[in-house]
Amino acid sequence: MKKLRYALFTGCTAKESTPEQMMSTMAVARKLGIELIELTEASCCGASHLQDYDDFLSLVLNARNIAYAEKHGLTMVTICNTCQLNTAMTKHRLDNNAELKSKVNEKLAEVGLEYKGTSHVTHFLYALIDDFGLDKIKSMVVKPLSQFNIAPFYGCHNIRPSELQNESHKSAENPYNPTSLDDLIIACGGMNVDYNEKNKCCGFHAELQAPRTAAILTGNAVAGAMDANADWMVTPCPLCHLKLDTQTGHASKEIGREVTLPVLHMQQMLGLALGCTYEELGLKHHVTDVNFI
Amino acid sequence: MGTHKITTQDVTFKVFRFNADEDYLPYYKEYKMEVTSEEVVLDILNRIKWDHDGSFSYRRSCRHGICGACAIKVNGRATLACKESMNDMIELFGNEITLEPLSIKRSVKDMIIDKGDFWEKHAQVQPYLVSDIEDNPESEHLVSPEEAERLLDSDICIQCGACHYACPVVEVNEDFIGPAAFAKAYRFEADVRDEAGTSRISEVNQEAQGVWDCVKCYECQEACPKEVNPIEKITKLHNMIFTKGVAKNNVATRHAVGFKHSIAKHGLLDEGELVRYSEGNIGVIKHVPVAIKMFKKGKIVLPWNMPKADKLDEIKKLVKSSSTAKF
Repeated sequence: MKKLRYALFTGCTAKESTPEQMMSTMAVARKLGIELIELTEASCCGASHLQDYDDFLSLVLNARNIAYAEKHGLTMVTICNTCQLNTAMTKHRLDNNAELKSKVNEKLAEVGLEYKGTSHVTHFLYALIDDFGLDKIKSMVVKPLSQFNIAPFYGCHNIRPSELQNESHKSAENPYNPTSLDDLIIACGGMNVDYNEKNKCCGFHAELQAPRTAAILTGNAVAGAMDANADWMVTPCPLCHLKLDTQTGHASKEIGREVTLPVLHMQQMLGLALGCTYEELGLKHHVTDVNFI
Repeated sequence: MGTHKITTQDVTFKVFRFNADEDYLPYYKEYKMEVTSEEVVLDILNRIKWDHDGSFSYRRSCRHGICGACAIKVNGRATLACKESMNDMIELFGNEITLEPLSIKRSVKDMIIDKGDFWEKHAQVQPYLVSDIEDNPESEHLVSPEEAERLLDSDICIQCGACHYACPVVEVNEDFIGPAAFAKAYRFEADVRDEAGTSRISEVNQEAQGVWDCVKCYECQEACPKEVNPIEKITKLHNMIFTKGVAKNNVATRHAVGFKHSIAKHGLLDEGELVRYSEGNIGVIKHVPVAIKMFKKGKIVLPWNMPKADKLDEIKKLVKSSSTAKF
């Protein structure tokens, strides 16, 4: 198989509050022989909040990020669900509105850039499934996670809105019955746990504005996984990870029940199955200790 | 002319049953049926009532996807029963299908729910055109096609409640106005004839009930059977709150504006500073216990170590030249 190469849009969180996500992404890519060329010029995607304030500015900044992937002639891979949504949404809007694309390109021309629309945008989870292949991943597993019940937590912005995400991923996912993360768990040799909250919201984006709402959603998600006898949770989204890993104290108070589970990034789970070390995967960086290894 | 073959499949339906006048708790009853490829979900509801149990209750009216009466949940998915084909549901969920009301906690009898909260929220946003017109105007107030386009299909909402009861915030915060009413608010805010001033937009700008409490999960867009796309309208209302000058200086607005400041300074988001900027110097104190836990685990970047994007000058230039909003 030809070596896979991608332009990596890390997003901000992997550079700051989830260093383990960056570490595990690179460790997994090394193991699988995938080349990731980091887009060090990329800016924040606006995380769906800048868009509330200044939609045009967010379009220009996201178009700039894609333009750098285009310069490399590569597909852009994201490792954050919200980065994925904002980038894919920008691409969709510009590719379907010549006037808007022209306005954005007028701005990008000021810094010598142009958005052409030539680079595909996908999340690393779907790049692994669509391009690398679950069968090949399965064949490379050296430490099957067979002793674990693992609860997938998909995160909203990888599965909704489905029309947009289906444009970005070959393996079209249904938001009411998502399978990608379950399939990856199985490929890693683990037992996938089914529970109602796996495709629900963690509350991250209302954490500051509506802390009670956000805490209840977090609590419900972890409680759902616990009730389904999960040993730990796994997510492709660093924002969901932050919420589920660091905010269970407030969540427990709001739902009136002690809830806590280790929450691994999708890359960490895969890395464990591929034989990466605890250190390589940055497992010491979790607030809720990863104590099963 | 080609022939169209009708196929059949055996399906087990697990149906929510509850009669508030008689039952202490709801229960689920199973019905096994042979379903044809021609049927929609409403046909199944009819057959349960007509062939199995006459007491089974649900709402239905137009059967053409425009009255919104028959919205229920199929395997947790908000669905307009008269519009949704059973074949699609079986393809999606398999041959075990659960039928539930839009809101279990608001069920009155089986699929029939008390939509009182939905209509109260609807009324809360002035869901009508506010315009001071003469009793006998000499001419119509014409709206150009371009002006009508600005409504972005928000006027085709059929008030079925699918998005409202799919919204996780509605589920946990009884004050939250909800996506359907927000879409309705946008429908009139975007209407060139409307003269409501700032009263309607101020209503959706209130803390706890307004658009700032949206968790951005896109459940409403996914649930809407008419492709009204409520979250698009919620985002437009966020934008209008700034452009119409009703934005308050609070944690919600500072949270949005803080992204611009961070990007202009670092290219990236300064996560720690965003929390301080949004909450203010006093409000940020409540986050200190979690911040300490994160710091101990190497999850907090100190200000002097804050990473910056390469070619930051480019980003700064674009932030300056492309900004369209002020606060």
